[in-house]
Amino acid sequence: MTIRWFYYAAPPNFYALAGRLWPWLAALAGILALAGLWIGFGLAPADAQQGEGYRIIFVHVPVSWMSMIIYLAMAFWSILGLTFNTRLSGMMTRALAPTGAMFAFLSLWTGALWGKPMWGAWWVWDARLTSELILFFLYLGYMALTSAIDDVRRADRAGALIAIVGAINVPIIYFSVKWWNTLHQGASVSLTRSPSMAQIMLWGMLLMALAFWAYTLAIVCYRVRSLIIERERHADWVQALPEVAGVKS
Amino acid sequence: MNILVTVVMRDLRLAMRRKSEVLSAMFFFVVVAALFPLAIGPEPAMLRQIGPGVLWVGALLASMLALSRLFEVDHRDGALEQMLLSPHPLWLLVLGKMLAHWLLSGLPLVILAPVLGLQFHLSPDELALLSLTLLLGTPVLSCIGAIGAALTLGVRGGGVLISLLVLPLFVPVLVFGAGAVQALSSGLGAQAHVSILLALLLPALFFSPWACSAALRIALE
Repeated sequence: MTIRWFYYAAPPNFYALAGRLWPWLAALAGILALAGLWIGFGLAPADAQQGEGYRIIFVHVPVSWMSMIIYLAMAFWSILGLTFNTRLSGMMTRALAPTGAMFAFLSLWTGALWGKPMWGAWWVWDARLTSELILFFLYLGYMALTSAIDDVRRADRAGALIAIVGAINVPIIYFSVKWWNTLHQGASVSLTRSPSMAQIMLWGMLLMALAFWAYTLAIVCYRVRSLIIERERHADWVQALPEVAGVKS
Repeated sequence: MNILVTVVMRDLRLAMRRKSEVLSAMFFFVVVAALFPLAIGPEPAMLRQIGPGVLWVGALLASMLALSRLFEVDHRDGALEQMLLSPHPLWLLVLGKMLAHWLLSGLPLVILAPVLGLQFHLSPDELALLSLTLLLGTPVLSCIGAIGAALTLGVRGGGVLISLLVLPLFVPVLVFGAGAVQALSSGLGAQAHVSILLALLLPALFFSPWACSAALRIALE
């Protein structure tokens, strides 16, 4: 079976596909999250050293993964958008950004909640925390730039460029902050925990990660649909849609 | 090569016609550096410790002040469009403008920094190193900043937007620039920091004119 990539690159076709996909993805996200939380809070035992407090990792770790993966996805769509000049790529990048920013913020917040009982501090200038914070700023910069430009095509292309520049810089920022941290003072706290994690905890974390994946895909499909009908509101096919027909544009 | 020199000389001449803009960025740097001892206190030991960081942050902000004007004036009078249409490669013209921006906003800071460093009780070795790191680091700021300036060309609230876009990208330069002086004063030696600054400078010089001309084409299409 071959997937017709360029067929779905056309907004009307993707609009229909996303409309069919997103309820299923949202349901999947709900089921996976329930299963993950049940394992995380019901089945997994308390940690030997960290007690009950460790349970935040079932949210914190998947959320941090997602915040990084979404930035990569944005860079991917940006490269596609600039090379193939497809309208949909820009919309995908725009749809991903708020979710990525939310995950980056959640990652910082849950990290702070975990850090207070474990390290006795809401915030330490650790390499990972600092680079996550800068990643959050990069998301904000992207969203500020795209929303400040009125012409959507220019906004998409300008956003694509800054997303790519940011993606190149993320590893440089990570390593520079890591070096800065180790050169300044010996890290008083280390985030690296022992690699031997109980099987059941790992399952809980993986299920939660899959749940966030499904959630991201669902919300992006939903948001892209809104972007498509907003931008193509004067097109005939949008006017003919049953959900638009009654509304004056 | 000729055209590069022409663009640099043109931008320098234009800036010399309106000296106040260049001077205000320099005085901004001086004023910001003077505010920190007033805010934190005059203890020499403390000032010596924060000095390199303060001067580097000041340099970052001062070089950003001039960024919003980098393409704005040429955009307004149509010169930028002529540059896009000219037979010379755009990246070369952009490189010339970056170079001019650095000569006007980066180089003065390199020269001023040792004087301000004296106010922070830095030793002669540290002052020399501070100048060296600024000499290597401020061109990177001009390179990255020019991309931001090109992207926000003619955009509402462009000035504030540039800072949000490029300040996170300045982090590596800040870390190694200010870190070098602190590594020297703590007896570690600064060679690694200086090498890394140079390693940041070379790819920035190579890639940013290209990215910047892409951004200009997006802005002016």
